[in-house]
Amino acid sequence: MLFDQYNPLKKKVLQILDNEGQVINKTLEPSIPDDVLLKMYQTMTLGRIADIKAIQFQRQGRMLTYAPNMGQEAAQIGPMAATSDNDWLAVSFRELNAMLYKGVTLEQLFLYWYGNEAGSKYNDSVKVLPVNVPIGSQISHAAGLAYAAKIQKKDEVVIAYIGDGGTSHGEFHEGINFGAVFNVPMVIIIQNNHWAISTPRAKASKAETLAQKAIAYGIPGIQVDGNDTLAMYVATLEAIKRAKLGQGPSLIEAITYRMGPHTTSDNPKIYRSDEEVEAWKEKDPLKRFKNYLLNKKIITQASDDALNQEYNQLVLSTFKQVEDSGLVSLEEVFNHTYQEMTPLLKEQYNDLKKYEETEGR
Amino acid sequence: MALLNILEAVNKALETEMQKDPSIVVYGEDAGFEGGVFRATAGLQKQFGVDRVFDVPIAEAAIVGSAIGMAINGLKPVVEMQFSGFMFPGYNQIVTHVARFRNRSRSKYTLPLVIRMPYGGGVKALEHHSESLETLFAHIPGLKLVIPSTPYDTLGLLRSAMRDPDPVIFMEPKRIYRAFKQEVPDEDYTVPIGKAKVVIPGKDITVVAWGAMVREVESALKLIENDNISVEVIDLRTIAPFDRETIVESVKKTGRLLVVHEAVKSFGPGAEIVATVQEKAFYYLAAAPKRLTAPDITVPLPKGEHHFMIDPKQIALEIRNIVSMKA
Ligand SMILES: Cc1ncc(C[n+]2csc(CCOP(=O)(O)OP(=O)(O)O)c2C)c(N)n1
Ligand SMILES: [Mg+2]
Repeated sequence: MLFDQYNPLKKKVLQILDNEGQVINKTLEPSIPDDVLLKMYQTMTLGRIADIKAIQFQRQGRMLTYAPNMGQEAAQIGPMAATSDNDWLAVSFRELNAMLYKGVTLEQLFLYWYGNEAGSKYNDSVKVLPVNVPIGSQISHAAGLAYAAKIQKKDEVVIAYIGDGGTSHGEFHEGINFGAVFNVPMVIIIQNNHWAISTPRAKASKAETLAQKAIAYGIPGIQVDGNDTLAMYVATLEAIKRAKLGQGPSLIEAITYRMGPHTTSDNPKIYRSDEEVEAWKEKDPLKRFKNYLLNKKIITQASDDALNQEYNQLVLSTFKQVEDSGLVSLEEVFNHTYQEMTPLLKEQYNDLKKYEETEGR
Repeated sequence: MALLNILEAVNKALETEMQKDPSIVVYGEDAGFEGGVFRATAGLQKQFGVDRVFDVPIAEAAIVGSAIGMAINGLKPVVEMQFSGFMFPGYNQIVTHVARFRNRSRSKYTLPLVIRMPYGGGVKALEHHSESLETLFAHIPGLKLVIPSTPYDTLGLLRSAMRDPDPVIFMEPKRIYRAFKQEVPDEDYTVPIGKAKVVIPGKDITVVAWGAMVREVESALKLIENDNISVEVIDLRTIAPFDRETIVESVKKTGRLLVVHEAVKSFGPGAEIVATVQEKAFYYLAAAPKRLTAPDITVPLPKGEHHFMIDPKQIALEIRNIVSMKA
């Protein structure tokens, strides 16, 4: 079993692709259907372009604060490819790629970051919880989703994401512990991107690995090269298998790196060196996976150029659409407080409506 | 004299007080090396060292809880919640311990500590970055709650908070962190906790506000310049315990009251102020005292936030309405 083999106390890190996308661990190379490999790559490419463009839009004053994912695509796409449509996703706030893969649309994601709650209303079939800003609080939501799946005998596994900094939060502990005690079908993925805003990984925990925290919860943990799409896929697949067999939660630490700023309001030059960032460029997850697919002849350089061109256009037109959606109506900001507006709310709504109609806003 | 904005005044208060009082420690998420996401604590770690100014793991409960222990054991912690919307994990410690330690130990253990946090909307921020949660502190016995609206008051009030024998919640209106600068004296001065300030004297109506709303009220006055209404503007500055005398005296003079707050309406500070005026100055009232507040909804994300924020036009309209009301 992978989790035994890679027990975090052994300090081994699961890796299948090297930095150039060559398979270095043939026995563990998964057999993923070509169309799935292609979807994985396409989503990563779209995610990368969306990030680059969103930062540009923000610099142009067209987008609000934005948290880019660049460098963390593999830690999101590998796991999502291992899920099925039945499975849930409970995100933190840096999982754009994972969300896209699970059927959240780019338009919705942009709409959210553009400051419109409608961007958190996903299509009916999409089992993804909205972006979750309060650190750590999503972990117990995931435990609850998984508990409900378990006692209702639904064929569902829940994937929850958190950052390295988030693991220092009480909510992380409480949520995992809850899930572990009830042996629920859940997989917790830590995106250890080495930074929590300006605070380095070493200040989040004195533990040598974050994966080893699993041991104290009585669940298996594993450290995975988080920039290796295949390794992330394989580890998650095994964790899902365990969950489906009723063996409870697993913890995956994806070792990755936040290539961009924390958000567009952050200046990483204050707290980290250019050399550190440069060194991680070598391990770029998109490059590695692309090379793998080139070698397998699933894509060609020409098809990739075309894809990039197509997605550049797609991102531009999607954002334009979001920009054109304008402001949120007064009715919308009131309407979702309760199933029905209380008399007090109705009064406040009517007063504001009258005010806005006569005075404009 | 130095020319400072509110953010710089926070920094200055911390710096000058730390120089005088070696028991002060300053910490929070990203508050050490980088000096905080708003740079409120910038330069302090360099000047005072990593034992006194430091970054902590993301864990608000531990930030507040550890401050309790430090305060009991000889230090004076001034901790930062990165945004008020993220103080909730620490709120358990604030309500169950910070507010009660003096009482439950019959004053053996007291907590001279300060919990700072930026708050408020109107800055096009992400989810959970725009709330005005003063009610949640003002309602709790044992907590003091201060909200400055100018650089001068920020410096003086934060010093007072650090010299106070009891825990003080210090909420900073981030919308006006850098909005304007003000001359502040170089010499040590304080602004007392519990004292409101009459910003503009007047005789027809009393308008009470705090934080970013004080400036909105001032802008509103420009809109009614030619209305021949004399408005007395009071900057509350301390929400708990609030300065009842100044407000009651003012309303006895003007006979009219408007409270303006950015927080949602129901059970908010406005209700408390209006009730106090009813109790203490009922027979002086020429019109029903009123509140102008945000509606009772979740703070909308930026594309809907304009429906939520109070604007000067609204304030002007409300002032006109109240003044034209007959008792
Ligand atoms: C409870 C809470 N406290 C503070 C914050 C402010 N905050 C937002 S992101 C962040 C750092 C998160 O670091 P990490 O968990 O490593 O995730 P990353 O940003 O690296 O993806 C902080 C402190 C928050 N969102 N929630
Ligand atoms: Mg991180």
